[in-house]
Amino acid sequence: MADIVVKTEDVVKEYRMGSNILRALDGINIEIERGEYISLMGPSGSGKSTLFNMIGALDRPTEGQVYIDGQNMSQLSQRQIAAFRCHRVGYIFQSYNLLHVRSAHGNVTLPMIFAGMTEKQRNEKAEKLLDMVGLGDRMYHLPDELSGGQRQRVAIARALANDPSIILADEPTANLDTITGHEIIDLIKRLNIEQGVTVISATHDLKMLDVSDRIVDIRDGVVERVRNRDQIEIEIGEVGGE
Amino acid sequence: MQQRTPLEEQIDLPFVESLRISFQSLKIRFGRSIITTAGITLGIAFLVSVWTNNEIGLALQESGRQSTINTFEETTQTGISTKDIWLIIMSLIVCVVGIANSMLMAVTERFREIGTMKCLGALDGFVVRLFLLESGFQGFSGALIGALIGTLGAVLLGLKDYGLDLFFYFPLLPAQPEDGTARLGVIVVILLGCILGMILAVIGSSFPAWRAAKLPPAEAMRTEV
Ligand SMILES: Nc1ncnc2c1ncn2[C@@H]1O[C@H](COP(=O)(O)OP(=O)(O)OP(=O)(O)O)[C@@H](O)[C@H]1O
Ligand SMILES: [Mg+2]
Repeated sequence: MADIVVKTEDVVKEYRMGSNILRALDGINIEIERGEYISLMGPSGSGKSTLFNMIGALDRPTEGQVYIDGQNMSQLSQRQIAAFRCHRVGYIFQSYNLLHVRSAHGNVTLPMIFAGMTEKQRNEKAEKLLDMVGLGDRMYHLPDELSGGQRQRVAIARALANDPSIILADEPTANLDTITGHEIIDLIKRLNIEQGVTVISATHDLKMLDVSDRIVDIRDGVVERVRNRDQIEIEIGEVGGE
Repeated sequence: MQQRTPLEEQIDLPFVESLRISFQSLKIRFGRSIITTAGITLGIAFLVSVWTNNEIGLALQESGRQSTINTFEETTQTGISTKDIWLIIMSLIVCVVGIANSMLMAVTERFREIGTMKCLGALDGFVVRLFLLESGFQGFSGALIGALIGTLGAVLLGLKDYGLDLFFYFPLLPAQPEDGTARLGVIVVILLGCILGMILAVIGSSFPAWRAAKLPPAEAMRTEV
């Protein structure tokens, strides 16, 4: 039996701007299995980030439900939602969203402070994680002193701080050059395979395709189609053969 | 294997941890912190100088001394003149608006940081506490410096007007002269200035911080400054 981590049920999100209502998501139904690497694809403005925010409890749907681990997110208290964000999910953003007042190390330890870990535990874990993403020698640099790729590595290390079961990555490579982007994708894929973390990544970057188990195509706030890995490989083959 | 127990409740941070985070933030953003604090310092310095100047004027009239230079009508009257009340109210308004503005600016440019902290598991209460601590500290230190600068300014002005007599009749402590009016004395004015500066800074910062903390993180992180 499939182990469903994320399930959305008729999720609608409307943004109100004055008298205009914009339907960014128009009834999204998806199920994501534990350990999957899912890419949300679609043109700019199709609603990828909006869906990402719904799944990560960063915003509330206007209608519909989001279930994570079978838990209906709309029924959680404020404290439970904070704990959910702290322990279950690791967020990676296009613009890194590091706290610029804290060093790489300080950024990675912050979620662990919120989780109530002791200073000793935090330091050990932060060093381990920063080593893993290849920043062992840049630990006490401020984000402003790091390159884009290095900042995204810090963000990845921070996302892993409390051993989340889900990684949500919203266009993690969009601000990076091709090679650095590849390195970041490889790093995320490694976590997916080695640690069984479920990865949900929004992208319009084709190089994300060959690491994905499934691709969800989104257009105008609805799921246009869902493609499996084998279908993807055929299509890549076709493109490559031209 | 990764099946988890039902969701736990997020814990509150120990106070020292909040204190540490807020001081670190003040330290690294030192340049910006100084600018915000300077806003408070200026507002309070203006208010305290006007107010202390007024106290000095009253005390010296009380003692029968006349200003050696300044013979405006108002200064020869006993009690607080309309012009002085007007000045104090004006300086109070300038002070309130100035401080509220500089705190609001300082919080608004940190909406993204607030949203990010919430992504990492911060409770709304923690966010508010962080801003309360930071602004309380900034408010107190800024207001204290401002009050001292303001007093110094008023003393220099008084020296010009009254000469060394100023120090014989300096209204340091509260007094209750015969005409029934109450004099606060400079120490109380300084104290009030400090308290006012701190309260204004704390309200001016934690109210917008509270509003930002209430926003869903996605909204808070959208704001670009
Ligand atoms: N807070 C908001 N207020 C109003 N409209 C919004 C808001 N957030 C998103 N939208 C609108 O909702 C639609 C979907 O936006 P979304 O950011 O989800 O797109 P996206 O697929 O992530 O695009 P991109 O690839 O450019 O990041 C867009 O039309 C956008 O203008
Ligand atoms: Mg987007």
